[in-house]
Amino acid sequence: MKLRDIQKIINAKVLTGEKYLDNVIKTAFACDLMSDALTFKEDKTLLLTGLVNPHIIRTAEMMDISAVVFVRGKEPDEETIKLAKEIGIVVMTTENILFTCSGILFMNGIKGAELARR
Amino acid sequence: MHVDNMLFTFEKGARKIQLSYVIAKNDFSKAGTVASNIKKTLRKLGISSDIIKRVAVASYETEMNVIIHSHGGKMYLRIDLEKITIIAEDEGPGIEDVEMAMKEGYSTATSQIRELGFGAGMGLPNIKRCADDFEINSSLGNSTIIKVVFNL
Repeated sequence: MKLRDIQKIINAKVLTGEKYLDNVIKTAFACDLMSDALTFKEDKTLLLTGLVNPHIIRTAEMMDISAVVFVRGKEPDEETIKLAKEIGIVVMTTENILFTCSGILFMNGIKGAELARR
Repeated sequence: MHVDNMLFTFEKGARKIQLSYVIAKNDFSKAGTVASNIKKTLRKLGISSDIIKRVAVASYETEMNVIIHSHGGKMYLRIDLEKITIIAEDEGPGIEDVEMAMKEGYSTATSQIRELGFGAGMGLPNIKRCADDFEINSSLGNSTIIKVVFNL
């Protein structure tokens, strides 16, 4: 599913990365712990989180995650947006809570990201 | 973070690169810049994306550990033809029980660190998972030295 369509179904506002909205998302990972986010296998993955700080963007950068959604109406600070812009990561925010957001995406065919195992 | 030293040598076609980085205690504003620099360096060298991701995650976890748990330290990136090596050496205070520190979910991080999304007790096990070879040397009152190897 294109990020553009995801934005519509979860009723999100795009804060940066408008030009990447045609990127396709297949899986999602939802968590507030960055150490958890660092353990899954990236596969066109969207990161949903209620935690708002620049470390989220750094984590996304390390994982090659192309888009981050901040839930329950959280708005990141300028530093976070600036870093996302610099790296080229889409950042959205939605009023929906994490559970609702995940449910909507799941019902629309987005699967949970798998844990990386070696 | 700043790149402390760069050493590029090419002897008879054999590639050897070493970069070192200085990391300050509790410097959360620069957290991730070392791992980001390492990732970009590997990308420029044309290393495969699977290896880059493993090195990036392990470097990021290592860098966060130095920032969160140590009095500051250094990280090194070494690249030769066979492998990539990440080394972190801090200025203490050392780990009391290394075996416990390696357990998933065990952490000594403060609630302030947890609020930032870290300190879940997944760092060291995650570094080990990403690596082809992992060594940790530490004891209370001494430096912690971590060596992470990725075969090319």
